[in-house]
Amino acid sequence: MDFITNPGFPYLSVILLTPLVGALALIFVPREEVWTIKAIAAVSTLVSLILSVLIFLAYDQTIGGMQFKEDILWIKDLGVSYSLGVDGISLPLLLLTNLIGFSAVYASWNNKDRVKEFFILLLILITGVMGTFVTRDLFIFLLFYEVVVIPIYIMVIIWGSTKRVTKEYAGMKLTIYLLIGSAFLLAGMIALYVNAYQLTGVRTMDIESLMLVPFTEHFQIIGFLLLGIGFCTLISMWPFHSWSPDGYAGAPTAVSMIHAGVLKKIGGYGLIRIGLFVLPAGAKFWAPLIAVLAVGNVVYAAVICLVQKDLKYVVGYSSVSHMGYVLIGIAALNVISINGAIAQMFAHGVMAALFFAMIGNLYEKSHTRNIPDFGGLANQVPRLAVGFMLAGLASLGLPGLASFPAEFTIFVGAFGVYQVFTIIAISGIIFTAVYILRMLGNVLFGPRQQQWDKLTDLKGPEWVPLIVLGTVLVTFGIFPYLLMDPINTGVTSLFARTGLSTVIGGGF
Amino acid sequence: MIHFAVQNSWLIPLMPAIAFAIIVFFLRRTPQASAFFSISCISVSFLLSLGVVAGVLMDPAAVESSVTWFSMPGLTVEMGTLIDPISGMMVFVVSLIALLVQIYSVGYMENDPGYSIYFAYQSLFAMSMLGLVIANNFVQMFVFWELVGLCSYLLIGFWFYKISAREAAKKAFVTNRVGDYGFLLGILFLQIIFGTLNFTDLAQIIPTYANVGLLTVIALLVFTGPIGKSGQFPLHVWLPDAMEGPTPVSALIHAATMVVAGVYLIARAFFLFAAVPTALQVIAYVGGFTALFAATIAITQNDIKRILAYSTLSQLGYMVMALGVGGLTASMFHLMTHAFFKALLFLGAGSVIHALQGKQDIWEMGGLARKMPITTKTFIIGSLALAGIFPLAGFWSKDEILLAAQSNGFTGLYLIGSLVAFLTAFYMFRLVFVAFYGQAKPNNDPHESPAVMTTPLIILGLLSVVGGLVGMPWLSTNFGSYVYFGEAHHGYSLMIMVTSTVIALMGIYLAYLMYYKKTISASAIANRFKAIYTLLYNKYYIDEIYQWGINHIVDGAGRVAYWIDLHVVDGVVNGLAKGTRQSGTILRYLQTGQTQHYGMVLVAAVVVIILLLGLLDPSLGISAWGGGN
Repeated sequence: MDFITNPGFPYLSVILLTPLVGALALIFVPREEVWTIKAIAAVSTLVSLILSVLIFLAYDQTIGGMQFKEDILWIKDLGVSYSLGVDGISLPLLLLTNLIGFSAVYASWNNKDRVKEFFILLLILITGVMGTFVTRDLFIFLLFYEVVVIPIYIMVIIWGSTKRVTKEYAGMKLTIYLLIGSAFLLAGMIALYVNAYQLTGVRTMDIESLMLVPFTEHFQIIGFLLLGIGFCTLISMWPFHSWSPDGYAGAPTAVSMIHAGVLKKIGGYGLIRIGLFVLPAGAKFWAPLIAVLAVGNVVYAAVICLVQKDLKYVVGYSSVSHMGYVLIGIAALNVISINGAIAQMFAHGVMAALFFAMIGNLYEKSHTRNIPDFGGLANQVPRLAVGFMLAGLASLGLPGLASFPAEFTIFVGAFGVYQVFTIIAISGIIFTAVYILRMLGNVLFGPRQQQWDKLTDLKGPEWVPLIVLGTVLVTFGIFPYLLMDPINTGVTSLFARTGLSTVIGGGF
Repeated sequence: MIHFAVQNSWLIPLMPAIAFAIIVFFLRRTPQASAFFSISCISVSFLLSLGVVAGVLMDPAAVESSVTWFSMPGLTVEMGTLIDPISGMMVFVVSLIALLVQIYSVGYMENDPGYSIYFAYQSLFAMSMLGLVIANNFVQMFVFWELVGLCSYLLIGFWFYKISAREAAKKAFVTNRVGDYGFLLGILFLQIIFGTLNFTDLAQIIPTYANVGLLTVIALLVFTGPIGKSGQFPLHVWLPDAMEGPTPVSALIHAATMVVAGVYLIARAFFLFAAVPTALQVIAYVGGFTALFAATIAITQNDIKRILAYSTLSQLGYMVMALGVGGLTASMFHLMTHAFFKALLFLGAGSVIHALQGKQDIWEMGGLARKMPITTKTFIIGSLALAGIFPLAGFWSKDEILLAAQSNGFTGLYLIGSLVAFLTAFYMFRLVFVAFYGQAKPNNDPHESPAVMTTPLIILGLLSVVGGLVGMPWLSTNFGSYVYFGEAHHGYSLMIMVTSTVIALMGIYLAYLMYYKKTISASAIANRFKAIYTLLYNKYYIDEIYQWGINHIVDGAGRVAYWIDLHVVDGVVNGLAKGTRQSGTILRYLQTGQTQHYGMVLVAAVVVIILLLGLLDPSLGISAWGGGN
């Protein structure tokens, strides 16, 4: 992979901006040229995907740290610069964004309503999400985060669907939560910036520089609280989670995929990158509270899944439940648990996106998501059934798929720190099996029903999300070191700076 | 060749893995090719396993190798192989039965629309089960443990259009998950305390670990895995329902191989259990109870596969009990012989069901002995072996279990074991006399199954006859000289051999009187003890109790939590939104336009901000509570 490590070429900028360029190009395409519009969206996301796979493979783990760096000073007086780079933590999340972005284009292939606007917004959304993962600057991070909110709101209220709640309510709820979260983030970041300036006399928004600032413990606790509320809302921590099921239910397929798949992970990513590594003492102070609420996430959301009737609500609450594992991994504050948390973000992202893609496809053809309406679909649409099964089995943490190594690692890491909480949280594997298998059983298996004979199975472009995301689930499930090794280099190198104990299992 | 097989035992699970992948991606539309390819691959595995067995017999020392699956500071997860007499025996049994069942399936599954995918699942199962038995560490064990569970789910639900199959598959997976939860916690404890999950390493460390209380907890947690997988009380409920799957699947997965994975796990991790006598006692009594409990149910059931399923539960209880009383050799020996004759019985049942177009009620059968001679003869051989009649396979292994219980001071369990032997002989010959020698039913037109099905029956019949001889206590080198924990034991008790044979013969004789001669009326007894009969017939109502718990407690919790979500969590959110809107309406009136009002608010705001800043930064020396820091 030597050819790609050419330091002069701005790989990350190309990856980041290609979808945006695609969006700009779409402005000049006449709206009737539906095929051209889709082709541009597909090509621009494919370019980003291929390049992100290449840098995932080319990332040098022996050196570690931030690589593929780019720096352009932007606002000198404020210390803001357009600085990009990826390390073992952001690398998988960048790949994840591109996998899902590319799949989301194909999951929206049959969309017939205002196609041009839809794909423009989708491409902007993809760039926005990616931006948060590749930037090394706090200001740029927030900027990209805000970029994300606008297309999501518009996409939900225009292309969304109204079931239990109206799409307007869902869109508004989603947006307000995201904005309230970002208000806390903004406050926290300004506090960081000002305090860092007071302590060091340097104005900087550079995250790595902020990590070196000796913030007082008192400040860290307050600062982490502000950032924590913002990020935990975003990752749908109990009780700030209720936007998530309603939001996904109202959103069009592509938005559900990106939102559950990657956007949510910005919360976990921020908690680790900014919360934990910049404010370790604050993280240590609040970690037990996060752990308690995380257990709430896992168990509470899992039992709610048991009584849901709408497919999207099952997956929506399920993702709240799975984020509980990520949160408890973060709260355990050790290398193992955080490695697991990041791997789980990746694995859950792929799995949730696949689930939403399959649900979206089914809904497009059947116009219902009500579980009792279905039954025996494996008779008529076996390929779709394979997609549902893969996503479902990944969801219940089956070994051989990507989520098992992630969950296992979290459990090992968290168990040494919070025995009781972890034991309660792991009981989630039982509830998850119950609701997932109930849902799969009631939708896919059972006697053939005449009314669904007209359903068509996956074909042509509809295959793409299943092939792409399914391959990823299996590959990283059988070869988990492909995912764990880069994550581990990223976490281990940064963890040394936090001064937190790396030893687990002191309780015995 | 032998050396190659021992050194490269990872090839044994890899072969069926290749078969699975090739069938799924390339052979789905060519059923014959799928079957051929699948059987070819498992044949190679079987040949390799013969090499492994030969290697182990020449040199019983363990051969281990592994690669890192993933690792990080403080956690290394391996995938590896551990070949020693126990795993060598298991590899042989699993690949042999898998091979025979796949051959048999060529006939049994003929014309099934899912023929290719059936063989793909069979291969996936063989891969998972073989990966499980050669595992050298707990994580790998757990990984393949879950995968065999998946295959079980897929194959129980193979005819997915049947609601009963769908529900049975789900029940199997979920019930096993309950056991796996405990198993996983046990693994986590081991990892955190000892920093390794490798069997060989743990076997070195654990005997020196002082905290026996904690170790007992861990051992019991690990044991919950076998409770689920090997159908021990109270997680036994899934196994009888698992009979919804095709009968060859029941023979392979739900009788001979997968369900013994739990027994195998206890044997594999016996260094853990041996260190904590309390845990071993629990295991012994759980096993003994299950053996008796399931046997009592078996005597009242009418479905041929369900009788065999409860019999399997009962025999698994026997094996678990044997481990609990310290008879690892006896347990493993019984595991092997049971695999032969129980696979034979299930395949024989499948042959009958095949001949009767799916009928499974023994009272709808009858008179099969004349029409299906091979099936009948082999079935009777299997029944005699299961009943423990000299010199068939079950005789030797069952005696070893009873001997282990008696000689290690578990007299109660020895008596329970003897009672179970009586019940076993009784329910098996009830089945034989009713189904094979009962009055022929006019609308049945049974015929002997094709050679592709009867050949596996004959091979298994032979093994059921001679398979136990390797454990004859009079041999100077026998099964127990290789498979043991601690030190090899040789011994026998003529008294136990004689009494257990007499007990079994009494069971057969009673069945003969009740169901062949009809000199004792079965229905009269059932009426006399109506309450007990109803209780047994309904399997002690345990399924009903669990179903009630799921409907009312688990789903009830779901309904409560969802209500909270809608009315409390969202109630606050929507309330806040409403409040904001209303306060906006009210706040309009604050815009008075009078400067002194604005000024007052401004001052108040400054005070609040200063106080907040004090909270943020104590170095400013201002504090809301006035005390500095």
